[in-house]
Amino acid sequence: MNDEKNTSAAGGDFIIHSPWLHRFALLTVAATLGLIGIGGLVTSKAVGMSVPDWPTSYGYHMFALPIATWLTGGVFHEHTHRLWATIVGVLVVALMRWLGGRTARRALLIIGGAEILAGFALLALGPDWRGAGHFLSGIGGVVLLAGVVWVNSSPAARPLPALGWWAFWLVQVQGLLGGLRVVLDAHVVAGAKLGMVFGLIHGCLGQAFLLLLCVIALLTSRWWQKQHSESGIQNPECSAQRWFLFTTVMIFLQLILGATMRHQHAGLAIPDFPLAHGKLWPDTSPAAVASYNAVRFELAGENPITAAQIWLQLAHRALAVVILSAVAVCAWRTRGFLRRPALIWLGLILVQAGLGAWTIWSNKAADVATAHVLVGALSLVTGALLTIITFRFSGAARQ
Amino acid sequence: MKMKTVLALAVGLTATLQVATAGDLTGTVTLKGTPPAEKEITPLKDDATCGKFHAAMPKTQFFVVAANGGLADTVVMLKGISGKSTGASAAPVVLDQKSCVYVPQIVAVQTGQTITVKNSDPVLHNVHSIPAVAGNEEKNLAQMPNGADLTLKFDKAENFLKFKCDVHPWMFAWVTVVDHPYFAVTDKEGKFTIKDVPAGKYTVTALHRKAAPLGVEQEVEVKADGAKADFTVEVK
Repeated sequence: MNDEKNTSAAGGDFIIHSPWLHRFALLTVAATLGLIGIGGLVTSKAVGMSVPDWPTSYGYHMFALPIATWLTGGVFHEHTHRLWATIVGVLVVALMRWLGGRTARRALLIIGGAEILAGFALLALGPDWRGAGHFLSGIGGVVLLAGVVWVNSSPAARPLPALGWWAFWLVQVQGLLGGLRVVLDAHVVAGAKLGMVFGLIHGCLGQAFLLLLCVIALLTSRWWQKQHSESGIQNPECSAQRWFLFTTVMIFLQLILGATMRHQHAGLAIPDFPLAHGKLWPDTSPAAVASYNAVRFELAGENPITAAQIWLQLAHRALAVVILSAVAVCAWRTRGFLRRPALIWLGLILVQAGLGAWTIWSNKAADVATAHVLVGALSLVTGALLTIITFRFSGAARQ
Repeated sequence: MKMKTVLALAVGLTATLQVATAGDLTGTVTLKGTPPAEKEITPLKDDATCGKFHAAMPKTQFFVVAANGGLADTVVMLKGISGKSTGASAAPVVLDQKSCVYVPQIVAVQTGQTITVKNSDPVLHNVHSIPAVAGNEEKNLAQMPNGADLTLKFDKAENFLKFKCDVHPWMFAWVTVVDHPYFAVTDKEGKFTIKDVPAGKYTVTALHRKAAPLGVEQEVEVKADGAKADFTVEVK
């Protein structure tokens, strides 16, 4: 496997660098990016409820849905999202097992066994719980298998096993949130529809999950290990660590704003750009909003727009300007080998701004809106990794 | 036996007297102003199955306006009446899914009245009713190709309760639920008739989902020989 290993003070060995582990982490990242893409399409096309049940699909076991049904309209996107999520789930369990090595086996055996038992208990509760029972016992089976095989594998260097466990739990929470978004869609708590709330959290957590996997991929890379082990760390001549952090936080905030707009299924609250309802600052009085609703013909985002949604989109636009300016500052203040990644980041943000405008000009075409989601995810990941790298070097420079 | 006969006669007499003092409310709803052009439903035309049902590019039907300005799909109803529903004994209202479009797209029913949802398509739909008023239950039901009819009822009055198909996300119907039988939906000429309205003074409202979602109102006095009420709704 060409793994480089070392021995800890406690006597056990651990992996310093494994090229195949890194490649596997990259594969998991790619699969997750694809999952976010198909999930984005589900929301862009407003087909999130096209399969009314979960974890079954139209009463069938997830893997037994007839192909003719799978290929029908929005069912294709929603069911593909579910199947793809299963693949990502299996990849993450395997990645966690690889990172945790033999030290993770016992915990995985216990968790897997508990999930299988809980799944069987649900099956015993009656036919209404059959789908959930199969789902939970299926997950438990995968987890148990991960604990059984590869008995003597070495764990990765810290903090990778801990990050692997985070990914392990997050992927399960994400799956559960996706399912609850379907089965609790109609429930209203404190005036908020749970389907919308869970959908919003599911969308934002998906971005955070991708970020976590990207950090794992970075930390398993040859490049990172090289910088870690060499005493004379290259100083990237970067004096913009806090700018990187600030901008990345702003991007995540921007993604939350975007996800909030998307999950309200109200189409475009402002149908024009760069103006807003024909003005620099739109009229949001009740009469004006009523007149906007009277003449807007949305094909899928059928809910009437509100003044709050108009303000939300204005905030999204204003924050975009802040982010674009902040990334430009980061690129300008960065020297050395991080200069090029910072310029790539700036390029991503410019593409993202263009996609935002195109989303409006195309009347929120599903493919354009989804590309906007994906480039947003890449912008977040790029910013976060650059932030980690700059702080890492900053810390090393002080040593 | 005699008592039953007397009771039956009394009920019949009361009903006859009510009809005798009731009249039809008729009128026309006219649109003022030029509505925006309807939008092409390209996802429908692009759908591998549903697109075959439409030779021409299908369009939205938000404003169905006659040559004389008559506005179809407007719900006209008496305001301020509640608890008079005869929905439980009224004939079911049919909503059909045909060629991947709801037909009709605007209907009105009474509280407790059965809505029969048909699927005339050889394709799967999901019938997703999404009420906004507490007490009306949201449902999301699968309906297989040419599947058995579904029946739904709503207990609370609600304007433009949304029905959608998430499998084909351009498919919508809007059901207005009224707590009495005194309402009508305008036809293609914008005309309506509300039958057997008891004589009296009423506030009548005309609701159009786009042009007048909150309603345009006027006071009307209905007499034994009926009454007439014309409405104008404006799009700016």
